[in-house]
Amino acid sequence: MSSFQDKVVVITGGAGEIGKAAAKLLASDGAAVLLVDCNPKALDVAVAEIGSKRVSACVADVTDVASTQAYIRAAVDRFGGIDVLLSNAGIEGKVAPIFDADPADFDRVIAVNVRGVWLSLKYAIPEIRKRGGGSIVISSSIAGLRGTAGVTPYVTSKHAVIGLMRAAALECAPFNIRVNTVNPSPVETRMMRSLEEGLMPGKAEEVHTMLKAMIPLQRYAESADVAKLMRFLASDDSAFITGSVYSVDGGFNAG
Amino acid sequence: MLMKDKVALVTGGSSGIGRAIALTWAREGAQVVVSDINEKAGEETAALVRAQGCEALFVVADASKPADCQNLVERTVARFGRLDVACNNAGIAGAAAPTADYPLDGWAQVIDLNLSGVFYGMKYQIGAMLKNGGGCIINMASVLGAVAFATAPAYTAAKHGVVGLTRAAALEYSAQGIRINAVGPAFITTALTENLTNDPAINAMLTALHPIGRLGLPQEVAELVVWLCSDRASFVTGAYYPIDGGYLAR
Repeated sequence: MSSFQDKVVVITGGAGEIGKAAAKLLASDGAAVLLVDCNPKALDVAVAEIGSKRVSACVADVTDVASTQAYIRAAVDRFGGIDVLLSNAGIEGKVAPIFDADPADFDRVIAVNVRGVWLSLKYAIPEIRKRGGGSIVISSSIAGLRGTAGVTPYVTSKHAVIGLMRAAALECAPFNIRVNTVNPSPVETRMMRSLEEGLMPGKAEEVHTMLKAMIPLQRYAESADVAKLMRFLASDDSAFITGSVYSVDGGFNAG
Repeated sequence: MLMKDKVALVTGGSSGIGRAIALTWAREGAQVVVSDINEKAGEETAALVRAQGCEALFVVADASKPADCQNLVERTVARFGRLDVACNNAGIAGAAAPTADYPLDGWAQVIDLNLSGVFYGMKYQIGAMLKNGGGCIINMASVLGAVAFATAPAYTAAKHGVVGLTRAAALEYSAQGIRINAVGPAFITTALTENLTNDPAINAMLTALHPIGRLGLPQEVAELVVWLCSDRASFVTGAYYPIDGGYLAR
């Protein structure tokens, strides 16, 4: 299988569980990794956990143009360029039916999950072009393919990035830059703990059990399951794969 | 190595994508069973696997015949004691004609091999896999499992069917340890497409369907199949993974 020796990977949402799991795999395959996150403390923990000399961190607000330009520049300054972008930063928003939802919450989710992804592509693509091509993996979700009651901003955002991915794949194909999404089912992360609690306050464990039962493999994804798919799509082993939606969902979307 | 000591069988293994899969499995340490109706070329694939230091068995089988599919699994288990991985890859392009003009026997040929062949394959593979606590099946669909191609109604229908069949079987067997997925190649440079790609005008038209600016290679499909067969894909089941150079993004 392909290695990531001499490759530079930028991961937004790099201090979250999925971002960290991807960073660990890619660093162990030889990549230099820049973790981007809005949470400086979590970034410090992530860098320490991964424990590779070629892992570095950058605090950034992915919704902000200057902040995006700054983390892209940081990757170039520290590691000489960018080959792979895992555009993975995302928030779940507050759980509420649309008629009770706060417009400000919608704006916030769309800003991080859609604008943030769009900005990351806008500023990463010119750098990836300079290297003669590369791979971009966007974190969508099963919520990008199906509806879930109570999280309309999140569902909207995860559908939106599939459209963004497809258009960007067409635009970037001539430059040998591939663009795909990964679409996980619920993953054992902080975000799901928050959603479980939001869906049925005080009964998060019941929601967890219920959701697991809906997945043919009878469990949530682990962060590592998603990270392994990201690594494949980031690698040259997937050289003919672009513009695609790759689910990693234990069979959830099959039924 | 991603498939050390796994017993893996591929139908349509005499050439193209099937041969690439067999050889890539061998690279990853598998014991490989090759099947095809073409005995000479199938034996050649098996010899190429052995040349990589892995055990190989060729079994002549017509994937559109249930008895052949059953025999293939039985021969595999008799020789290697188990079946871990199967790729139902045998397929034909079929006649090129619009629906009202499509030959009845041509329709039956395409459906019998490209769709029913996948069902017959899984029917016997699943039984063997359940006996050893699980396994993994990859069904060769196509981008035409998601969209249509004019003058290929039978191929389009069969490949759409393969995607549906894959999803149903995944719902049924994932909890019992068998992951079942479909891959969807766009146009790949193989014997199936060479009479098309030999014509420069058709080749240019086909290339233009792929935003990446070229057709795919059998090896590229084989890398995806190997990844899906490996433990790296342990949470991936019931999925349809296109491998299409952007074909479906438009």
